[in-house]
Amino acid sequence: MPIHDQGYRRYEGKRLPVGRAWWIVARMHLITAFKRRWFLMVLFAGWIQFFVSALLIVAPVLFPQLSGFTSTTPQTFRDFLNRQQFFVFIITIVLGGLIADDRRANALQLYLSKPLTRVEYILGKAAPLLILILGVTLVPAVCLLLLQIVFSGSLSFLANNLFVLPAITLASLARALLSTFMILALSSLSKSRRFVAIMYAGLIFFTSSMHQVLRQITGSRAWAAISPGNMVEVFTDGVFRIRVPQPVPMYVAVLVIVGLIAVSLWVLERRIRPVEIVA
Amino acid sequence: MSGAERIEPLKMSSVVELESVNVRYAKNWALRDVTTAFPAGAVGLLGPNGAGKSTLIKSVLGLVAPDRGHMRVLGLDVRHAPLQIRSRVGYMPESDAHFPQMNAVSFVAYCGELCGLPRADAMQRAHEVLYYVGLGEARYRTIDQYSTGMKQRIKLAQALVHDPDLLFLDEPTNGMDPKGRDEMLELIRDIAHNKGLNLILSSHLLPDVEFACDHVVVMDKGAIATSGPIAGLKGPGGRVFEMRIKGDADRFVGVLRSAGLDCHATDEDVMRVFVPDDRGAPFLFKLASQERVQVRHLRASVPTLEDVFAKAVGEE
Repeated sequence: MPIHDQGYRRYEGKRLPVGRAWWIVARMHLITAFKRRWFLMVLFAGWIQFFVSALLIVAPVLFPQLSGFTSTTPQTFRDFLNRQQFFVFIITIVLGGLIADDRRANALQLYLSKPLTRVEYILGKAAPLLILILGVTLVPAVCLLLLQIVFSGSLSFLANNLFVLPAITLASLARALLSTFMILALSSLSKSRRFVAIMYAGLIFFTSSMHQVLRQITGSRAWAAISPGNMVEVFTDGVFRIRVPQPVPMYVAVLVIVGLIAVSLWVLERRIRPVEIVA
Repeated sequence: MSGAERIEPLKMSSVVELESVNVRYAKNWALRDVTTAFPAGAVGLLGPNGAGKSTLIKSVLGLVAPDRGHMRVLGLDVRHAPLQIRSRVGYMPESDAHFPQMNAVSFVAYCGELCGLPRADAMQRAHEVLYYVGLGEARYRTIDQYSTGMKQRIKLAQALVHDPDLLFLDEPTNGMDPKGRDEMLELIRDIAHNKGLNLILSSHLLPDVEFACDHVVVMDKGAIATSGPIAGLKGPGGRVFEMRIKGDADRFVGVLRSAGLDCHATDEDVMRVFVPDDRGAPFLFKLASQERVQVRHLRASVPTLEDVFAKAVGEE
């Protein structure tokens, strides 16, 4: 006989109110992601550029003779975010199986038989992606801005470029939201995380290549509108007020980004169902 | 936790009530005008494959929206309070289902947290429940390594971890070997009769329902065929006889029916004869003698749920 009761006992403790399950889902995925050592290294690598950029901000303050070589402008932050796109892509690919894995293991009906709405489920899946992507875009970019303010010893840069902080926020959010909802939509269409990763990479690279091909054939730069990556760059240039000729107006970039997010949400709404009905 | 709430134990006569519920998948009606009530305790939901049992369970869980009708679970309207209902019920799905890349104890604890248990309590309950369902020694293995029987047990554990007031078990013995099936049925019976949980056991296996449940709702072709206490539906004992004869069985069945007896054939040439009054075996022997058929086997038997089921769905 066991020395402790191994029978079923009624639960006498407290229960938390419904509506918090999305965070439990998100936290579980974050913990699972952080358990992978190689993924932690990717995240760390995502911050290397921050340290390099920070050095370029700090160095002229510590060594005035270098001040002619480096200077901080709004373009510094735009370039920083554009270069971080690689890590956004890696994080998105790595977490691409969030819904596909559930579909493979038939977990959707388990999730949705708990006190959890479909919106909470999607939020629970989107939150880890958003947190990690913003963790390599928004957070280091804001840290760079703070470093700039601290080491310059004045608020003159911020005062002269009041749009920088909102621009960093908007450009980071555009990247995070677009990547998150596109990969989740693709993830809901498959039961294989590898296939999802291939589809996403294909979507990004194929549209970019198609844009180049069509541009060569027609001579029109407007074909950039078919490439999500190009539209994010146009949007970023717009919010950072970079005055360079753009392939399409800013509003087209906004429409494409918002449209892609809307289509992704529509796909998720159609695919995240506890019961799959085949007509 | 300031927002925490405490749920009092449930005491009510009907745990699930359905009123004129219709559910359609594309052009096919899965439930047709279903009106019934599931009393507290252990209730079997019986019916052949495709009868609409799983659809009924998914409907009352709010996973499938009915085209028409009203449903109440634990006194709550399914349409208006699906989350409150799901926090108070446990659901063991028919098909394999788990969360990927998790060991058993993490999986069950995670389910507990999703149902509103604080993290520490969920983990403690997960260990307890896994011991209860017989997976104590295997609780740190990933579920992908589990056998079919173990997967059935872990599905039961995840449904139990938050101590629901009502448990929905959808074909819980599917794919289990005889020993595992007996153990699972013992567990279900223990849950219902000794632990004070209400449960609805959906199965197409008559012995499972008969062993574990006190009440039964029989479904066929998306409608309720019959319902009530199993003992009541079976009626008083001694009226049913298993009979095997040598001779023209079809003609003898006709004779029995013309004599006012209900009769239907089962496997292996055995017919089950319902004798509605106290005439008993002598009357059957008398009829056999009159028809010049030889009675090779006659045994009085207690009516089983099989009889009830056959009668309800109109099987011969």
